[in-house]
Amino acid sequence: MSAINELRHLKGGSGQTTKRDGKAALVFLAPWFIGLFAITAGPMLASLYLSFTKYNLLQPPVFTGLDNFTRMFTDERLHKSLGVTFTYVLVSVPLQLALALALAVLLDRGVRGLSFYRSIYYLPSLIGGSVAIAVLWRTVFGTDGLFNVVLGWFGIEGKGWISDPDTALWTLILLNVWTFGAPMVIFLAGLRQVPGSYYEAASVDGASKWRQFWSITVPLLSPIIFFNLVLQIIHSFQSFTQAFVVSGGTGGPADSTLVFSLYLYQRGFGAFDMGYAASLAWLLVIIIGAFTAINFWASKYWVFYDD
Amino acid sequence: MTDLLRRDDTATSAILAAPTGATRAPAGRRRRGFSPLRSVIKHTVLIAGALLMLYPVLWMVASSLRPNDKIFADPSIILRDFEIANYVNGWNAFAEPFGHYLINSALVVLGCILGNLVACSMAAYAFARLEFRGKKWWFAIMLVTIMLPIHVIIVPQYIMFAQLGWVNTYLPLILPKVLATDAFFIFLMVQFIRGIPRELDEAARIDGAGHGRTFLQIILPLMVPALGTTTIFTFIWVWNDFFSQLIYLTKPEKYTTPLALRAFVDQQAATDWGAVFAMSVVSLLPVFIVFLLGQRFLIQGIATTGGK
Repeated sequence: MSAINELRHLKGGSGQTTKRDGKAALVFLAPWFIGLFAITAGPMLASLYLSFTKYNLLQPPVFTGLDNFTRMFTDERLHKSLGVTFTYVLVSVPLQLALALALAVLLDRGVRGLSFYRSIYYLPSLIGGSVAIAVLWRTVFGTDGLFNVVLGWFGIEGKGWISDPDTALWTLILLNVWTFGAPMVIFLAGLRQVPGSYYEAASVDGASKWRQFWSITVPLLSPIIFFNLVLQIIHSFQSFTQAFVVSGGTGGPADSTLVFSLYLYQRGFGAFDMGYAASLAWLLVIIIGAFTAINFWASKYWVFYDD
Repeated sequence: MTDLLRRDDTATSAILAAPTGATRAPAGRRRRGFSPLRSVIKHTVLIAGALLMLYPVLWMVASSLRPNDKIFADPSIILRDFEIANYVNGWNAFAEPFGHYLINSALVVLGCILGNLVACSMAAYAFARLEFRGKKWWFAIMLVTIMLPIHVIIVPQYIMFAQLGWVNTYLPLILPKVLATDAFFIFLMVQFIRGIPRELDEAARIDGAGHGRTFLQIILPLMVPALGTTTIFTFIWVWNDFFSQLIYLTKPEKYTTPLALRAFVDQQAATDWGAVFAMSVVSLLPVFIVFLLGQRFLIQGIATTGGK
């Protein structure tokens, strides 16, 4: 196994302290090493190679240089898909985090039944990615779905929210916002670390609750806000199940729900356009990497570290 | 390697399971300015919010117990007539009884849980307790794989498993877990093991125990809370997983619960929503049960881990 050889090689030049545990580490890490090379790193390199080829699974891959990447510039569906994905991520993540933070602050102030509320609000995060909930969403926002019935009570004329290209994506955004419970739990844990004396001192000085929120809670919580932001952006860029189920696998109507993962799936596993799918995967890595890098760069200006 | 759906849960369990040195301030300041009116308003808001959040799910449960022709006419969650027929219809509406797909899902989940427990705890022990060359680098690589999107490996991985003839088996779903590619759990367990006093290991070493025995007899029994967290999250993520199951399972008899449900919806949703809802509820039930049982476990986990 290449993994084990690699480790042996590393161990060969090992220093004093490493001698004792080297062999044991080899045994304990064996599954992880095999996995890293056979399931993760190997396929990653292969996918990098495939991204420069044309490959349909039947014939051997043909090296085509940068063709896949130049094709991206003229691929209208890709452009549409990028637009959809950016809208999805950039709208749903801030809304989701704002709600999560608001609820966490509301729950933190010695509310009776905290664990009950926490469970209720957390539950959607556990089931939001399931097919069952996507199916439910499809019916709730259908022409004669629950949402239109409720709108009707207020005298608002409903429509087929999922069959209208202007609104279909927004139902998916709502579904993503609906799962704000996960970041909320993280915020709650973070709020526990904020010393109560800060708020007391601020109260004594006459600071309003609103002012306390912006001057104490937000700065002290900013590392956790940052953590949640990075995580949710990475997560949301990869969203797949909901768009797949709600649109019946098409990304429709009119490609309005064609999130990036879904387009990649269609190219790779629908059209067996494996080379192009691999290059799309690397595009996604670059996009996610860029967003993460921007986040880290921007964090210098707003994330406050206590120590 | 991580799946598509799990990033947010990932972070949550990190918090739930990570040692919390949380020193909550005395309840005093929280109660400052306490007034019954404010409390009533707050609870009203919280309950209304919770109801709004869960209403669609509750409506689905109620609808699954309604006659088919009344589902879309009735937006309430209060049941007047109670009908179990949808469950009978839904259960038998597929090529196989729905239980077949539940069992398939359970097999995949079980394999993944066992794989994660064994492989991740072993790797975690090495990273937390053993000294070996390049440890920092390997650890860094392990952390990077947590963030890696599955897309970047799925195409070659599919080709590899297809050439091995493993499409339409559960191996492509389970094997990666047996090889500890769910690096998030390694990280979680490393954090946990670091919280276990080293004196315990050293005492065992003086008594002549090697790493194997130290791991099996000292560390593993002490890290049960972390193993519990791993079990629960693996269960929920794998049970809900759709992307990789969609790719690797194409034969209907191999379908897992989400695949069967999806196929069912696309075939006959228009005709039998009651049955669709009934089977949706059935498919979510294991997640609810595990959540209810596991929640106490998770909170216990936090308590046990306490302090770093």
